Amino acid sequence: MLRVICFILLAIAAVVVIRVPFAAAEDACIDCHKSLREERLNRPAFKIKNDYHLARGLGCHSCHGGDQTALDNKAQAHSPAKGFLGKPKRHAIPEACGRCHSDPSYMRQFNPSIRTDQVKEYYTSVHGKRLRDGDQKVAVCISCHDVHAIRAVKDQMAWTYPTNVAETCGGCHGNAEYMKPYKIPTDQLEKYKQSVHYETLTKRADLASPTCSSCHGSHGAAPPGVDSVANVCSHCHVATAELFAKSPHSSAFADLGMPACVTCHSNHDIAPPSEAMLGGGEGTPCATCHEASSAPLKKAAELRTMIEGLAGRIDQATATLTRAEHAGMEIGAPKFELIAANESLIKARAAVHSLDVEQIKTATDSGLDVAQKSLESGQGLLSEVQFRRKGLAASMLIIIAVLVGLFLKIREVDRRKRLD
Amino acid sequence: MPEQQPEPQDEQVDHGRRTVNWLLGSSLGILFVSIVYPILKYLVPPKLAEPTTFSVTLPWKLAELKANSGRIFRFRSLPGILVKTSAGELRAFSAVCTHLQCTVQYREERQDIWCACHNGVYDLNGKNISGPPPRPLEPLKLNVRGDQIIVMKG
Amino acid sequence: MTGVRITAWLEERIDLWPLRHFIGKKVIPVHRHTVWYYFGGMTLFLFAIQVATGILLTLYYRPSGEEAYESVQFIMTDVQFGWLVRSIHSWSANLMVLMLMIHMFSVYLTQAYRKPRELTWVTGMLLFGIVLFFGFSGYLLPWNVLSYFATKVGTEIAGQFPLVGHTLMRLLRGGDEVTGATVSRFYGIHIAILPALMTAILTLHLFLVQKQGMSVPPAIEQAHRGQPLKTMPFFPNFLLRDLFGWFVTLGLLAALAALSPWELGQKADPFAPAPAGIRPEWYFVFMFQSLKYIPAKIGPFEGEVLGVLGFSLGGLLLLLIPFLDKKSAVGEPSPLFRSIGIGIIAYIVIFTLLGYLAPSVK
Repeated sequence: MLRVICFILLAIAAVVVIRVPFAAAEDACIDCHKSLREERLNRPAFKIKNDYHLARGLGCHSCHGGDQTALDNKAQAHSPAKGFLGKPKRHAIPEACGRCHSDPSYMRQFNPSIRTDQVKEYYTSVHGKRLRDGDQKVAVCISCHDVHAIRAVKDQMAWTYPTNVAETCGGCHGNAEYMKPYKIPTDQLEKYKQSVHYETLTKRADLASPTCSSCHGSHGAAPPGVDSVANVCSHCHVATAELFAKSPHSSAFADLGMPACVTCHSNHDIAPPSEAMLGGGEGTPCATCHEASSAPLKKAAELRTMIEGLAGRIDQATATLTRAEHAGMEIGAPKFELIAANESLIKARAAVHSLDVEQIKTATDSGLDVAQKSLESGQGLLSEVQFRRKGLAASMLIIIAVLVGLFLKIREVDRRKRLD
Repeated sequence: MPEQQPEPQDEQVDHGRRTVNWLLGSSLGILFVSIVYPILKYLVPPKLAEPTTFSVTLPWKLAELKANSGRIFRFRSLPGILVKTSAGELRAFSAVCTHLQCTVQYREERQDIWCACHNGVYDLNGKNISGPPPRPLEPLKLNVRGDQIIVMKG
Repeated sequence: MTGVRITAWLEERIDLWPLRHFIGKKVIPVHRHTVWYYFGGMTLFLFAIQVATGILLTLYYRPSGEEAYESVQFIMTDVQFGWLVRSIHSWSANLMVLMLMIHMFSVYLTQAYRKPRELTWVTGMLLFGIVLFFGFSGYLLPWNVLSYFATKVGTEIAGQFPLVGHTLMRLLRGGDEVTGATVSRFYGIHIAILPALMTAILTLHLFLVQKQGMSVPPAIEQAHRGQPLKTMPFFPNFLLRDLFGWFVTLGLLAALAALSPWELGQKADPFAPAPAGIRPEWYFVFMFQSLKYIPAKIGPFEGEVLGVLGFSLGGLLLLLIPFLDKKSAVGEPSPLFRSIGIGIIAYIVIFTLLGYLAPSVK
């Protein structure tokens, strides 16, 4: 008898457990709002099916209050007694999200390692400060995370997925009309899309490549100060930052109040660096401070010649080796050695940030050495193709001897036949 | 009219015929040798028994490798890196940094794989853990046959 | 002499008399067209070189998309004299096609196909087809960019045949596209199927030639009005001359292999765009070029289909020439077929030259 009771209890428990997923479908809020005519009221009910929170059992009521079990009972569902809040005011949104997201002990049950300082950080951002001052146009949580269909950052449909961030920020910052009162540029998105970082992020699928939030911060978004630019860039560009810190530019820029890195490389539209940036021509970064034909510009031109010399030699060696390869020669070894020359080139390019001629020269010289050797082995291989001719000249002599012998023999047998 | 020809001339003809035969025979002999020689050479297996396209036998013995060390080897025309961890485990990766294709190296003091060009760091599973490298190093398949280490495309 | 002793030893065991008798009796007619008799032997010699170098190449070659290019590179770089073997194989293939064409057209123009040598002509034409297929299949094997695209275009043209075209193309390619599977397939065709066919038909061809002796052009026969023609013994007089020609060819091959080694080119990449100036082997150029000039649509038919059908019909006519040329069958000169032959030669020469000289259409 006891067993039967136990079984029945288990069966009921099982039904309850299994029913939980269906419970969402019977959410009074979603059920009712789906059938509402007004788009403003039914849209959230459709959008929420993609929401990260709903998937974890946190439905409408978690933010809006009310009774989600009150099927077909609008009054009870919207009853203030059940804690119904309606639409949260925009300025109250950070706190509304923070009720859970700033509570470590609550958040721990979903993800023990999740951060809970976003709201605090938000109020240090330009957005947060302005919101405090009563500006209703600035970004709040839902501006970037979407509302009702809030997705995890790792969801590639999320507005906050690395490849989507630029468009998300650009939604406001690229809108000249919207940004008019703030009197700040609105071309950042356009410029960013021309940058090497954007290309790396979207074309080379390198999600670590920086987007807006990588340099400006996300919740605490603010323009990096002049002093911190170098720190921000050096997060990834460690080696170049170290070299730059030792260069005379480092203190000079600090004295002049010019930011490191961006003075030469610009900020949003950072192009892939090239030797063309060195030297005193029009539009080169050096020429913005240094006068034409001044000593520093001459030095820059010298650096450029050194680096271009190495790059040219590497190209020449590569071309020669490729030709030898197509002629059927084995070029594995010299091509392998040429890798070291390329490495020297990359190091020399990085060393430009130190402005240390000796250091750059060391790099280019060792690279030139290697490239020269590869070039010579390539030329050697090509002449090897030619050398084979000489070996064949010998066999040609033998063949000619055979031909002479045959000729005489033919004459002899012909004469014999005539004699017969 | 052969019967009318004097004896010495007949001898001369014979002599000429013998010279021609000798010339033809010996030159044909040399030609034969000069054809057979390349063919025999061709048949001799080359030093590398097969193209190094898919696998390469490393130039070091297993016993030569110390624990906590790494070495660069050539895999086709690209570098590979063989790492023996401090626990004595062997691992092989393509040594081409995923950032700008520099050659990475093993750092004994930090026990990681490091690219000197822009300070990129990979852990001993080849995963990029700091600096600009966007992707992990490509792993290579390792086989040990006796004292030989053979690396293959993963 | 050892030679004499070996012959004696053999003679004790096998009756060599018929063979000796045959060789001793075999004569070659001497007239102003005797020079054309050398080209068949020349083709045979080049075929022997192809067999020898081809067998050597199989020792290192690997027929698959992943390994074909690398193994040829391996032959060219790591195997001693591998470059020489491969270069000779490639050059000799081209020379062989050239010699075969000269042989074929000289036979045509001297009307050597006429009764009783119809079968010799038909087997010869079959051999020509086999040799062309040899060239086509061998060209792909190094799996480089040029050979890849030439094969792609070539098999596409085969796919233009009405009704069976698509099946034929799939059969050739070993699938819908030219891939590593095509390499394996062409390799099998190149080193097993075609050599087997070639051996059988070539044996028949040579047997017929020996059985029937050399043909004398009707014009020369008529000029002599039944008087016996001047002749030369096959052994040793003609054979020595043959040998002379063969060694000249051997020297030529060595020179070509050394002065202009056959390049390997770039590895084929099926996903790369076709490079400019894609052209098949020179002996297919006249057909390739003609197809370019045919308009896309002729009436209700597709131009290329008509072109392919036209060439097939042309080949068939050429195959059946001995049965169509009634005049020559009774030993009379037939100016009509003579001018057709000259027309075909002129057509091939002109279109081949156009293929190389005309600025590429398209």
